[in-house]
Amino acid sequence: MGMKVYGLTKTTNVARVLISLEEVGAEYDVVPVDFATGEHKSQAHLIRNPFGQVPAFQDDDVMLFESRAISRYILRKYKSNLLREDDIKEAALVDVWVDVEYGQYNTPASSICYNVIVKPMHGEEVDLEVVDTNLEKLKKVLEVYEARLSQCKYLAGDFISFADLSHVPCTYYLMLTQYKSVFDSYPHVKAWWEAIMTRPSIKKVFDIMSA
Amino acid sequence: MSLIKLYGMPMATCTMRVLLCLEEVGAKYELVPISMPTGEHKSPAHLARNPFGQIPALEDGDLTLFESRAIARYVLRKFKGQGPDLLKEGNLSESAMVDVWLDVEAHQYNPAISPIVYQSLILPRMYGGTPDQSIIDTNLEKLKKVLDVYEARLSKSKYLAGDFFSLADLSHFSYTKYFMATPYASVFDSYPHVKAWWEDFTSRPAFKKVAAGMGGHQ
Repeated sequence: MGMKVYGLTKTTNVARVLISLEEVGAEYDVVPVDFATGEHKSQAHLIRNPFGQVPAFQDDDVMLFESRAISRYILRKYKSNLLREDDIKEAALVDVWVDVEYGQYNTPASSICYNVIVKPMHGEEVDLEVVDTNLEKLKKVLEVYEARLSQCKYLAGDFISFADLSHVPCTYYLMLTQYKSVFDSYPHVKAWWEAIMTRPSIKKVFDIMSA
Repeated sequence: MSLIKLYGMPMATCTMRVLLCLEEVGAKYELVPISMPTGEHKSPAHLARNPFGQIPALEDGDLTLFESRAIARYVLRKFKGQGPDLLKEGNLSESAMVDVWLDVEAHQYNPAISPIVYQSLILPRMYGGTPDQSIIDTNLEKLKKVLDVYEARLSKSKYLAGDFFSLADLSHFSYTKYFMATPYASVFDSYPHVKAWWEDFTSRPAFKKVAAGMGGHQ
């Protein structure tokens, strides 16, 4: 039985797992979970993800949730160098910047995307105050990233890692909004993003997300 | 071998996460206090260690790290074999379960419990502020939903990642210890497996030592 990812490919956290799968060239199926009918809260799905969220993941009798944990499993199983686990210092730096992605970058970036992309899709009003507050938070984070990426090519060092790729799904959506211009003030961050976008796995996942 | 330096405060929750790991593996380290009230965490010297101006940060020779869970993984890997195996990185499925529940702690448990601790303990004691009961109440409801999941999980396995104690369990200690000093500690009484889990791992020597460092804050 091949690997199964439960969720919708447009969802950022699902896309994160797809990136790891594409990077290692694994065979997998995406099994949609229909939020509109409440399938994510069904007994069948709660067994896979007790918080009723996506993604969930199955590889034979291994059942996982939390997209970054799933990604680590996939990368380890296929002995990918994206975790740098052969070098204790490099692996630690990867872990640092994965945690920064979740703890610092993701909240303001995804809040902006939710307000300007998702809310209008549901006919809800955009809260510009929330967008502005999160834009200011994001700029402070990008200042740190600009300084970091002025010192090394990628976040964990001069090597691309899971830390960089973990930023992709949310940044993909951010770049579809008018706020993509924020990145123009951070030339090293912009160059970093452009380098990431050239990876075949990323191009493939963008195609899947936009399908 | 140069001594590991941990920059932070012994009663600060994220610093405690790293202290527990250092104590579990019996590492030699120096705790260098960073004074938050004087703004030392925003000084150029500290920003060079943690560009977000937070604690903890760790220096080990020429390696500087921040983010307490990332630091914890490093410490546990470096001293693997010297203390208990809290990462299980030799086993693909076990290490994945540790990763899952460590992320659950960060993404589900912590966001619910930390505002309660902040409002009812930190705000009044450190800043002389008044707790916002609506924030506490909202987060208590969130916490109960999380504890529902934990109760189900801990009814099936002794610890979160499986029948072995791991970093996933350890990572819950500091905020939960503070929560037990709030008026809401009795919430855990409705979750017998969670309560038993909590009482089990707080009896570990490393936990007692780090709890002692919390001073009058527990």
